[in-house]
Amino acid sequence: MTPSTIELRPTAEDRRIARHAAAAIVLTVAEAAIPLPLPGVKPGLANIVTLIVLARWGWREAVWVSLLRVLAGSLLLGQFLAPGFFLSLSGALASLLVLGLAMHLPRRWFGPVSHSILAAFAHIGAQLVVARLWLVPHDGVFYLLPVFALAAVVFGLVNGLVAARLLAELSPERGDPRPLAPAAPSAPAGDSPER
Amino acid sequence: MSLDAARWRALLRPGDVLLVVAGLALCAYAVVALWRGGAPDGAVVRAGGRVVAEVDLSRERLIEVSGPLGVTVIEIRPGRARVASDPGPRQYCVRQGWLTQAGAVAICAPNEVSLSLTGRAADYDSLNY
Repeated sequence: MTPSTIELRPTAEDRRIARHAAAAIVLTVAEAAIPLPLPGVKPGLANIVTLIVLARWGWREAVWVSLLRVLAGSLLLGQFLAPGFFLSLSGALASLLVLGLAMHLPRRWFGPVSHSILAAFAHIGAQLVVARLWLVPHDGVFYLLPVFALAAVVFGLVNGLVAARLLAELSPERGDPRPLAPAAPSAPAGDSPER
Repeated sequence: MSLDAARWRALLRPGDVLLVVAGLALCAYAVVALWRGGAPDGAVVRAGGRVVAEVDLSRERLIEVSGPLGVTVIEIRPGRARVASDPGPRQYCVRQGWLTQAGAVAICAPNEVSLSLTGRAADYDSLNY
């Protein structure tokens, strides 16, 4: 193989983001295999990774991981630039904004479960608005709001609990991010960091 | 990873519980606000094309309407209405029974009387016969 003339030096942060994004992408792809009763109602397991990254490494890395997951996940599932991609993207952006605010709530009272539920509601909120304005220009989409809201509460709670449990077992002060999710594959060696 | 309930509960902070409850309350509110569209809130009685009575469905009453064949009796109960009796030969509108959905219509064509229920969101945009 010809040695590349461009040398990219991935920092520790780059590797960490790539590793977490890879874990999130695995969860996205795995989740796509689960049959679901209604389009749009998804557990959103990849958000567990976003929550963990948010709690351990801050908002900026959570944004990277979440957006890389949306992009790569859609490419892998053949959804890139399809309506589903824009729904994912709008949901991810809205939940990241809400997470950025929610992480400043008092830690004593609000944990990852709160973050998860608030982000889930931001997610469905943004998706419904995009769907209403663009995909289904009719107020009928709001008819499904109770279903989406219930899904947000249930999956928000479950994802938040799993994230809280993983965070507790990771013991945040240890500083070694390697043992993340059970399914986390390490990023391929020599993989160029996304920039 | 065990499914020990106490350990999972220890991960919940007070605000988390509050948010779960608030989320469920929002769901319940959304169901009530968005899914009761089919419930009727009033009834309109027409004879010969003209509106002869416009009533709400809050209390019981009988409405008598006269047409070319005789008197049609409309019975109103809370949340529903029906044609109780009609002089028409085939009794279709009487046999239709209680109307309970917004937009539902019973027509006694021979006597030129119709009963229709109104509501915030009817199940039908229009009906053709």
